[in-house]
Amino acid sequence: MSSDTPLSRVLFINLSSWSFHTEERPDLFQERLGGAGAAIRLLEECCPQGADPLGPENPIIFSVGVATALFPLASKCVAMFKSPLTGNLGESHAGGRTAVAIRSAGYGAIVITGKASHPVYLSITKDGVAFRDARALWGTGRSDTAARIIRSKDGTPGTRTILRIGRAGENLVRYASVTSETYRHFGRMGLGAVFGSKKLKAVLISGDNIIEVSDRKRYRDLYDRLYDQVTRSPLMQKYHEIGTPVNVKSLSAMGSLPVKNLTEQRLEGSDQLSGEEFARLFLSRRVACSHCPVSCIHIGQIRIPYPNDPYFYKTIPVSYDYELIYALGFMLGVSDPTDVLNLIDIIEQTGVDAMSAGVCAAWATEAMIHGLIDEQMTGGIRLSFGDAKQYLAFFESLARQKGEFYQNLGKGVSFAASVYGGDEYALAFGKNEMAGYHTGPAAYIGYICGARHSHLDNAGYSVDQKPTEKFPETPEKIAEELYEEEAYRQILSGLVVCFFARGLYTREIIQEVLSVCGISMTIEELDALGRTILAEKYRFKVREGFSLEPDSVPIPKRILELPSGRGGIEEEVIRRGVARYKELLENKTSE
Amino acid sequence: MPKKRLSVIDADRCVGCQSCMFACTRRLGFGGVSKSAIHVSSVGGIERGFSVRVCRACQDPPCVHLCPEKALLPRDVGGVTLHKDKCTGCKKCLEGCILGAISWDYEENHPIICIYCGYCAQYCPYEVIELQEMMADEF
Repeated sequence: MSSDTPLSRVLFINLSSWSFHTEERPDLFQERLGGAGAAIRLLEECCPQGADPLGPENPIIFSVGVATALFPLASKCVAMFKSPLTGNLGESHAGGRTAVAIRSAGYGAIVITGKASHPVYLSITKDGVAFRDARALWGTGRSDTAARIIRSKDGTPGTRTILRIGRAGENLVRYASVTSETYRHFGRMGLGAVFGSKKLKAVLISGDNIIEVSDRKRYRDLYDRLYDQVTRSPLMQKYHEIGTPVNVKSLSAMGSLPVKNLTEQRLEGSDQLSGEEFARLFLSRRVACSHCPVSCIHIGQIRIPYPNDPYFYKTIPVSYDYELIYALGFMLGVSDPTDVLNLIDIIEQTGVDAMSAGVCAAWATEAMIHGLIDEQMTGGIRLSFGDAKQYLAFFESLARQKGEFYQNLGKGVSFAASVYGGDEYALAFGKNEMAGYHTGPAAYIGYICGARHSHLDNAGYSVDQKPTEKFPETPEKIAEELYEEEAYRQILSGLVVCFFARGLYTREIIQEVLSVCGISMTIEELDALGRTILAEKYRFKVREGFSLEPDSVPIPKRILELPSGRGGIEEEVIRRGVARYKELLENKTSE
Repeated sequence: MPKKRLSVIDADRCVGCQSCMFACTRRLGFGGVSKSAIHVSSVGGIERGFSVRVCRACQDPPCVHLCPEKALLPRDVGGVTLHKDKCTGCKKCLEGCILGAISWDYEENHPIICIYCGYCAQYCPYEVIELQEMMADEF
């Protein structure tokens, strides 16, 4: 083992030539904290303008931050790439053990370019990269099989990470995911398809570096204060006990949880889809990311009988979260929680983003009701809200990518609607399928303007749920609040701290954390860095053809028709908010 | 002096956060986990739970018998003590501990041996491990 302070090393891997080298880049970590700040700079440098997202030139960038492996909940890794779903910025974050493994292997970031001549997996340590044959792993039915086999061959248990794709990634579904440590995902925006395009089945990273700090006593003292808050204060309690599905009940009661492609406000008979009921019926284990005592990962067990074999069962562990219950339960009208867990399992097996897949399936169901698509196109599958069996078959076909219909739908719901119609109910923003928050105008302004078109960019859903006296008075003020939040989250994404800890990692605490890492920054400098990173992301998007001009921002009519948790939404409110957000991004970009 | 050892109370409550491992290395003032004497890893995949490997302070420690240099000596209060100056880095103790409770410090080329301080247990949020007093008949 050796020390790696200060964090500076970037590992470059070329799959075309089976070669690698490292570069010292202290600027990415000392000035930009690492994480998203490092990744956007590397993306600008390594991704040629107009690159084919599924071509060898598209880089896959993984980066960690200066707080990684030092402080609790600095447990996330940032992935950046050009998204094959949206055609511009691809950014996704995941937990598991990836972040700690990358830093312990001595790297701040890893950049993978090129395309292998046949399926490979990479085994990365501080000594470099081994290119291993993965032809025997390509096409395996369940994506966890690949991880099991690699686990038995490579790396040190407990301190390694294994990232892998499933068949959806191999077959280039544009919203295929990459799974880390069985239950965490680089879910959104199609990193799995980028892996697949490079014939990259998996990446294993392991290492045993120690990390030096500027002052050991201050490090331990600050750690204790943070640890105490994480484990004792109510800040984390909701993630800790019931997990993210704790929000199902309240959002559903408000009419904020999209049902059946946003055609209804409530799902009949869905009492058992709450976090409390999932815990009562299925919760069997709680699991955590490395260096996070919260353990928000909730695993339910389902027992499945073999239909033609009495006394034969299989018991499968399935991790459930709010977004999965939304996308595969409420959105598809599936009210039986066992069915939802079965649907989650097939999403895991095939390796596709649950939110995008759920929204695509919901759109297809409605398109079938309206006669835009038929059973001949779906291979005999008759989609109907609530029919889980048909959805299981549908997701399997989606992963296989056989036939024109599934290939079109594999390019996202916006693309499918451009082919078949039904764009007024194709629920995507910036071509990214919507998350489970029909809470009000702030959520939609957030989806449209957020760098990743994700609910996590700026938490519009949270603004929507404010009491009237605290709700921003004008659409412009909504945009300003969201913009400030998104800029602040760039700092967290630099370190890289889990957003669940945002209440804990205040600017003042971040300053102290940085000081222990040997970095001195004022609060003004931190805020400026957050806005700069956000502006750089926007600049990259615009470079790749993205625009927030009204003509380029389609708003599916459906969201204006069904009252949200905050009542009816007016298009003008969204448009005014978007215009202001654009102004804020461009003011900063032109500086 | 009280006779104490670290015990795994209930590995089924372990969530795999590895806070104990980080604590053990942080005790020495470093980040990361590579100086840790406690080790948490999954039992064939995270879905199946975790194993927590710690030195259980054997009454008759095999590592003491395996050490050709008498660098590992039994403590009169239970467990073993490493005398780094005598250790030649032969790794016989590492290979001989069937619990896998000994890990290796590759930087300094000697085994990492638990000192039964209980620092790790202070950071276990789920009461998986505990520093316990040994009963009179246990040492």
